Amino acid sequence: MRILPKEIETLWTLFTAPVVWALHFLVCYVGAAIYCAKQDAVDFGFGVVRAGIGAVTVAALAMIVLSAVLAWRQWGFGTYDPPHDDPTPHDRRRFQGFATLLLSGLSFIAVVYTAMAALMISGCFQ
Amino acid sequence: MAIAGALIWAAVIGTLIYATRERRRVQSEHAAGLLILWGGAIIPALLLGLLLGYALWLMPDIRPWSAPGEPAGLRIEVEGEQFWWRVRYHPADGPPVDAANEIRLPVGERVEFTLTSSDVIHSFWIPVLGGKMDMIPGRTNRLTLRAAKTGTYRGPCTEFCGTSHALMAFSVVVMEPDAFRDWLADEARPSPGAGAPGGELFIANGCPACHTVRGTEATGAVGPDLSHVGSRETLAAGIMPVDVEAIASFISKPDAIKPGAQMPAFGMLPEADIAAIAAYLEGLK
Ligand code: HEC
Ligand SMILES: [Cu+2]
Repeated sequence: MRILPKEIETLWTLFTAPVVWALHFLVCYVGAAIYCAKQDAVDFGFGVVRAGIGAVTVAALAMIVLSAVLAWRQWGFGTYDPPHDDPTPHDRRRFQGFATLLLSGLSFIAVVYTAMAALMISGCFQ
Repeated sequence: MAIAGALIWAAVIGTLIYATRERRRVQSEHAAGLLILWGGAIIPALLLGLLLGYALWLMPDIRPWSAPGEPAGLRIEVEGEQFWWRVRYHPADGPPVDAANEIRLPVGERVEFTLTSSDVIHSFWIPVLGGKMDMIPGRTNRLTLRAAKTGTYRGPCTEFCGTSHALMAFSVVVMEPDAFRDWLADEARPSPGAGAPGGELFIANGCPACHTVRGTEATGAVGPDLSHVGSRETLAAGIMPVDVEAIASFISKPDAIKPGAQMPAFGMLPEADIAAIAAYLEGLK
């Protein structure tokens, strides 16, 4: 039995961008919380945490853009207009591509909003 | 902010009216798609991004601690109790000063509040100065506020805390910094009225078990500090004026005025004694 289906037609790609968004959110918040709880035990400053958040953000945005490009291809580079609601494999693929593209856009904005806080927060609670 | 909200509202309603007008020309699907893309996604995302940026930019100032190197300022400890507020001022340069049911602030200065509760969850809120913050038993929450204008404001308890929750408020007096420091110095000293007649009745009838009046042998800490109750804006946590009549009625039937209040009624005392105690307390300026 396979966990990941063999065909190209898989629903998994649909979730890539939201999953990246969720992981990015967790890494930022959990990372900052752990650092602030243990800051006496480590010997680097909050600047490192902010730089780390910056790096994670760039990586997350890159993955989301990649997912968006793949979705754009699946959608057919915009050659067909929505709503893609015929019961055919063709429309199903276009529909999924378009939905993935929209989710990627949402996730992109969400990741940017999550990271914006790190621009202003300059230290832990003391 | 209100203007921007009004503009957005007008744009949405305008579109709605446009869409429902009687004689209409059919729009191309392309135009509709563009409207959705810009009006439904791109412009809202940019506006929300701007608002978020603005809110984040304001954050360092409302965060409860001072920047590195900034001298520590005034800290005010407030403890919520059913149904009143215990207040303790911690000036940067001096011993703490106890008070109750009223908070005075120097205008233009950042003041840090440390908020706790001794019984159930209360919530501390001065609407004109900032957001609310819960007071949770066993926890210390912090909040920093900076008052921009002098004046007298009101703060209610904003978390249901029992029968007299709605009767639990406090007055906030924002003063010029110099006037504030003079007031705090006075607050730390006994009131000139502390030795006035009526004080012996206050002592003799057991009030010192729960109340403090500085400069006398009354040092109880169960109830509000009454050292300067006569100079406050309100009595009994923001519900009555500070006059002899109101004080007398609170002494004789606190439970009728404030159901569930933790003060026993003293209605059995002779009326003249109650009046004398009330006049004495009103004189504690
Ligand atoms: C068992 C403790 C206790 C005793 C004894 C007691 N009180 Fe109180 N008193 C309280 C508590 C608790 C409050 C706060 C009630 C509230 O607002 O919920 C209070 C509130 C007051 C207030 C309003 C305080 C304010 O900050 O506005 C006055 C005035 C007062 N008491 C006067 C008296 C006098 C006079 C006596 C003696 C005759 C007395 N109390 C005896 C516990 C006590
Ligand atoms: Cu309360």
